[in-house]
Amino acid sequence: MSTATQTHDIEPATPQSEGTDRVDPAALPSTARRAPLGFAVLALVSFVVFALGAPDGSVTFRISGDGDLFRIPDVVVPGLLTEWLITALLVVLTVYAFLRVRTGRLTPSWAVLVFGLLFVAGFLVWVVGAAETPSVSLTGLLAGGVALSVPLVFGSLGGLMCERSGVVNIAIEGQLLFGAFAAAVAGSLSGSAWVGLLAAMIGAALVSLVLAVFSITYRVNQVIVGVVLNVLVSGLTGFLFATLLESDSGRFNSPPRLPSYAIPFLSDLPLVGRILFDQSIVGYFMWLAVPIVWFAVYRTRWGLRTRAIGEHPKAADTLGINVNRMRFLNVLLGGLIAGIGGSFYTLVSVTSFTRDMTSGAGYIALAALIFGRWNPVGAFLAALLFGFASNLQSVLSFLGTPMPSQFLAMLPYIITILAVAGLVGTTRGPAASGQPYVKE
Amino acid sequence: MTTPTTNSPTVNAAEDLETDGPAWIGSALQPVLAILAALVLGGLLIAATDERVMKAASYFFSRPSDTLSAGWSAASAAYQAMFYGAVFNPNGNSFARQIYPFTETLTVATPLILAGLGVAVAFRAGLFNIGAQGQILMGATLAAYVGFTWSMPLPLHLLLVVLAGAIGGGVWGGVVGLLKARTGAHEVILTIMLNYIAVNLLAYLLTRPSFLREGSTNPISPPVAESAQFPLLLGAPFRLHWGFVLAVAATVFVWWLLNRSTTGFELRAVGSNPRAAKTAGINVTKGFVIVMILAGALAGLAGVAQISGTEGSLSAGVAASFGFDAITVALLGRSTPLGTFLAGVLYGGFRAGAVTMQTMTGTNVDIVLVVQSLIVLFIALPPLFTAARGRRSRRDKSKTTRSAGAVKEAQA
Repeated sequence: MSTATQTHDIEPATPQSEGTDRVDPAALPSTARRAPLGFAVLALVSFVVFALGAPDGSVTFRISGDGDLFRIPDVVVPGLLTEWLITALLVVLTVYAFLRVRTGRLTPSWAVLVFGLLFVAGFLVWVVGAAETPSVSLTGLLAGGVALSVPLVFGSLGGLMCERSGVVNIAIEGQLLFGAFAAAVAGSLSGSAWVGLLAAMIGAALVSLVLAVFSITYRVNQVIVGVVLNVLVSGLTGFLFATLLESDSGRFNSPPRLPSYAIPFLSDLPLVGRILFDQSIVGYFMWLAVPIVWFAVYRTRWGLRTRAIGEHPKAADTLGINVNRMRFLNVLLGGLIAGIGGSFYTLVSVTSFTRDMTSGAGYIALAALIFGRWNPVGAFLAALLFGFASNLQSVLSFLGTPMPSQFLAMLPYIITILAVAGLVGTTRGPAASGQPYVKE
Repeated sequence: MTTPTTNSPTVNAAEDLETDGPAWIGSALQPVLAILAALVLGGLLIAATDERVMKAASYFFSRPSDTLSAGWSAASAAYQAMFYGAVFNPNGNSFARQIYPFTETLTVATPLILAGLGVAVAFRAGLFNIGAQGQILMGATLAAYVGFTWSMPLPLHLLLVVLAGAIGGGVWGGVVGLLKARTGAHEVILTIMLNYIAVNLLAYLLTRPSFLREGSTNPISPPVAESAQFPLLLGAPFRLHWGFVLAVAATVFVWWLLNRSTTGFELRAVGSNPRAAKTAGINVTKGFVIVMILAGALAGLAGVAQISGTEGSLSAGVAASFGFDAITVALLGRSTPLGTFLAGVLYGGFRAGAVTMQTMTGTNVDIVLVVQSLIVLFIALPPLFTAARGRRSRRDKSKTTRSAGAVKEAQA
């Protein structure tokens, strides 16, 4: 790669800050140079699609609902003006990013975030403006998106536990599915949703256990084990569903629902009330889990060791850390976390298990983990974005917009490909992820 | 083999096959042990969930033999039905009816073999092609489009359909190779994402008038022209078509490519040790692109086998789960062409037999997924591996496994 040699001399000038604290300087330059390129492509899309195809009329975003404490007036934006303004700002950011790279500096995280938000806003105005009724409830859109992203967040956090310690986890899908299955069966048999939640965590941890035994103890390739585990869980739950759950659904497949709480007063606040303070218990867990995992990974001794064995296991080993034991425990812990996400399907969203009901959510969670740069907050934001996209999909089909829902469904995957190809910011996983560790 | 063999038992163990005699026996014994162990576990699962067994188990301590015999009969009846449905049906009233199941097995095996070869080729170059599903879908889409819109005489039309399928899959795979070569993005992530993009793209196309069957509200394309279909290989009652011959030809081609051609040697060198390959002057990045195009094209041919063979038209379920099964096929086949072919036939038999099993004994077809994935897990399981291969594997164990991560490093 010629770019690598060219940029090598500017490497010392690269500041190691702005949310990319773990990025190894040697891996930076080639991807850092591509980030503005991604900006440019998206700005061009904004110009051609959003600005030139801008809606003529105005677009309404409703914020307040009927039960709110006080009303916030609806946001009415003129379509044409907004789109041109957004495109202009995107171009400014792109130029800024190019200038930064020319002087050998990274595109800062805030620029990426602002760029992303502006692009999403431009897209929303464009897509809602093209609908038959150019009006949408922003609160409903966001609240629905947050709800849909709950299992994705837990899936990515579970994956993060594994990957940060150096074990690739393709089996998130299997963990979510088996968690959902275990929650349904245990919840039905015991009659308690809490037992169901516990069973979901243990069930997903069992999937983790197999992953750990094969990939850590026996050093079988981690990707292979992950892929095969997904097939195994899909087959096993499908078989048991057809054999036991369908024939006696009253006994095996009618778990109680986990409780939802609306916090008095706070839940009546406009916009934030429905998003933050009126949720299922698993939804509240999510808001707790993200800061906890973040703190654990970046501010505790355990977190430092976990990151160490994921980046350079040999160095960690020489300092007396038992690499494989720690990886094993991390993978199990990841399973417990992913299991909470699995319980969302059968104890919150609906109260029965169906075949392959996670339908690829585990892979979206994996995508969120990667797009979120293996950082708990990043993964959380990425999962929110993907949950938002899938909620938008169903909302838009009501509005009668010309944008095919399938393209919205593709969005998480396309974004992830752009991310791993280095077109939207730098993406680099833990260095030792995927490589078994053998003590010499 | 001049390059050192890595000890990733599932991916590169195939290469040991060529080195010395005793290992050959070991590596043939190991899949057999894995298959047996998986079948036994599957049988236990069938027995444990059987209604009569559960009834007998309620008085297990007074008469344990009832539970055991009920379990045995449940499992053996299911496997017998599977055998009748996959290999030979002694109850058939003519010889044709009796061997019909085996031709069904070969029919189902056709896309499995082709897609499995695609995964295997990539494995040999050190790449994890999880994207066979998307490649099959894209191959099937392009093949179907050529099949139902154009009209021309038989050999030419069919040839173009086959070509279109290979191009569709090849492009979908080639994108992965290109992105990996140019940006260093990991192929596992790329292929997983492209699978879902392909699924959604197909779903979108099946809402467009140009892809929809006239007068149908279901998302299904018009049937491909007669001239775009594979002729039947054995005539009327059998569904086996010339696509199977294509699969055989592809197997031979891949064998030749990997073992007798310069390109194949380079690909294997890249897969075994990318750094050494690079030092030896092999263009590693170019190798990624070539092998992914090839892998995609092979999976695309699996799509053709579906479109021009068994299905006859394009629908969302045209690829079933062949793309994911192909991974297990390639793993069981140790990524060798012959092994992949045989594994494809075995899994084709499972799938064909499972249908009969479900109608005869009521055992759900998903048991096949369980058995399939258990086989692959057991193959990878070193205790079994050691038992089958004796002292050889102990010697290998001292080396570290180098996974796809090593490939990534090599480009820097």
